[in-house]
Amino acid sequence: MYQYSDFDRAFLTERNAQFRHQVERRIDGSLTEDEFKPLRLMNGLYLQLHAYMLRVAIPYGTLNSAQMRQLAIIAERWDKGYGHFTTRQNIQYNWPKLPDVPDMLDALAEVGMHAIQTSGNTIRNVTADHFAGAAADEIADPRPVAELLRQWSTDHPEFQFMPRKFKIAITGSPNDRAVTAAHDIGLRIVERDGEIGFQVIVGGGMGRTPMVGKVLAEFVSGDDLLPYLEATVAVWNVIGRRDNKYKARIKILVHEYGLENLRADVEAEFALRKAQFTGADQKLLDSISQMFAPPRFDTADTGGFATVYDDDPVFRAWADTNLSAHRAPGYAIVTVSLKAHGATPGDASAEQMRVLAELAEQFGHDELRISHEQNVILPHVHKRHLPAIHARLKEAGLATANIGLISDIIACPGMDYCALATARSIPIAQEIATRFDELKLEHDVGPLKIKISGCINACGHHHVGHIGILGLDRAGVENYQITLGGSGTEDAAIGQRAGPGFSADEIIPAIERLVYAYLDLRTEPSETFLQTYRRLGLAPFKAALYPEKHALAAE
Amino acid sequence: MSKAFTPKVVTASHLLDGDVIYLTAEDTWSRRLEEAEVIEDEAHAQLRLLDAESQADVVVGAYLADVAIGATGPEPTHFRETFRRTGPSNYFHGKQAGL
Repeated sequence: MYQYSDFDRAFLTERNAQFRHQVERRIDGSLTEDEFKPLRLMNGLYLQLHAYMLRVAIPYGTLNSAQMRQLAIIAERWDKGYGHFTTRQNIQYNWPKLPDVPDMLDALAEVGMHAIQTSGNTIRNVTADHFAGAAADEIADPRPVAELLRQWSTDHPEFQFMPRKFKIAITGSPNDRAVTAAHDIGLRIVERDGEIGFQVIVGGGMGRTPMVGKVLAEFVSGDDLLPYLEATVAVWNVIGRRDNKYKARIKILVHEYGLENLRADVEAEFALRKAQFTGADQKLLDSISQMFAPPRFDTADTGGFATVYDDDPVFRAWADTNLSAHRAPGYAIVTVSLKAHGATPGDASAEQMRVLAELAEQFGHDELRISHEQNVILPHVHKRHLPAIHARLKEAGLATANIGLISDIIACPGMDYCALATARSIPIAQEIATRFDELKLEHDVGPLKIKISGCINACGHHHVGHIGILGLDRAGVENYQITLGGSGTEDAAIGQRAGPGFSADEIIPAIERLVYAYLDLRTEPSETFLQTYRRLGLAPFKAALYPEKHALAAE
Repeated sequence: MSKAFTPKVVTASHLLDGDVIYLTAEDTWSRRLEEAEVIEDEAHAQLRLLDAESQADVVVGAYLADVAIGATGPEPTHFRETFRRTGPSNYFHGKQAGL
């Protein structure tokens, strides 16, 4: 893992001192809210529906146990004893008080963390595959490059006042777990003739104009990556629209200006910028890469794993659902679900954070990851430790066996917290999870991703949900629109709107009808919801969603 | 014809903790909607909003919110204001716990 240098520590200390003074001047009335707002946003501080909210970056989703413990301490000392992990691998505290925020930032700095550029029209926290460095299918660990991008983009003088925010995601695996196609820039590590390079995808995004990103460059070598990205952001920064915030993202530039034109401008800009890169970035990348060397993997026998797997059905169900293939023999990747049925997706109590820290320290080479799907990952676990880990997770209410299933729902905070929301998301997620747990159906249904957003900004990724739910305000009443067939992986697709929305009372039965329709329509249990949808299209699902209309049409 | 004016309260967030607050007829800020001044005149509403906005060292983001007049005082007419008055629905946090 990356270790902060003296330079990093000095930078954070100075930045936090600046913000402390800015907060003091806001409180004593020397700064107006209009003056203060851009300053607080640059430091991740929002004002939400009931309180301030501090969004802390977890760069590329990677944490160690000391950092996780500090997040727990912050939750207890300055918040209400919990934190909310988000779809951009951040953690949000929902109840900080303004005078306490500088202390919270200092506490974060003690463990090499910050909230810089988690908001504002800047390059945001760079996200990555949450299995990075551990996955069996990986070409290369994307995190050294992600860390290089974090350092390059942090306080980059050219990119502090851009037309709009800018989000970058990176994956080192052909199986895209980082939703790269829905980012302003998505990077996919590829191999060509034995050389590692990057496919650059541009102009993906969600929000009110969802777009799947397009390939800007098929192969950019490691040496060229940073000047190429800088050229891309610089071109958009200059010609991207600033007249309308809904048309300011780079996806609109790609759409209106054209991919070919953008590519030509980027290449011209790249030629100029490349000359200014003297190789210092590659030297820095080399030193960063050394810090991401894989841990010394244990070669012991997998011990009692097989016996417990055979004998304990609860352990077996969890192992079948929550483990993924690891690159090292005898190892597994453990995904810890933060989606206990009926709980708030992505929330962890301080006590749960401590349990996760302890497990990482004791059994997991001191590494943790946060996924964009709002779960926590122990990326490097030797299989002989799995029964002990499972037992400890059970005690902490963290052993739900539902990864990738219908109750493993992404939900944004929605109108329970967010000032921008048009409807609630969390209660809908809670009710769907509870309902399908009662029906004992979710393991029969198999892989199914439901994603819920409480407004058109789509923080809950509903556009790429196999079933997407969008909460809206229809004449002063919460209303939920369903989209179907979205996907956030390497075969990314935007879901299609199924028809008129449903009230809060109607949405759970509607989802139930959809799922029963899928169970009737699939050719065999191994055909997933998404595969069935792709084979048959919208019509049979629409008939299930709107039975009355379907009956009328048949008359 | 312009729309008839409907009753309003002045609401904002408290600068220090971000909590939802309401302007009272006594020119103080209350954390309880039932203590808010109900404004039934449009010109008076604009004046009261200006009063609120001038207190930049106390409040953030003051605006006029619609209310209906109920038996115990003003009631929200939109669900967003209902949540602001109460707190989130997933935990017993916020105003519902504090009042």
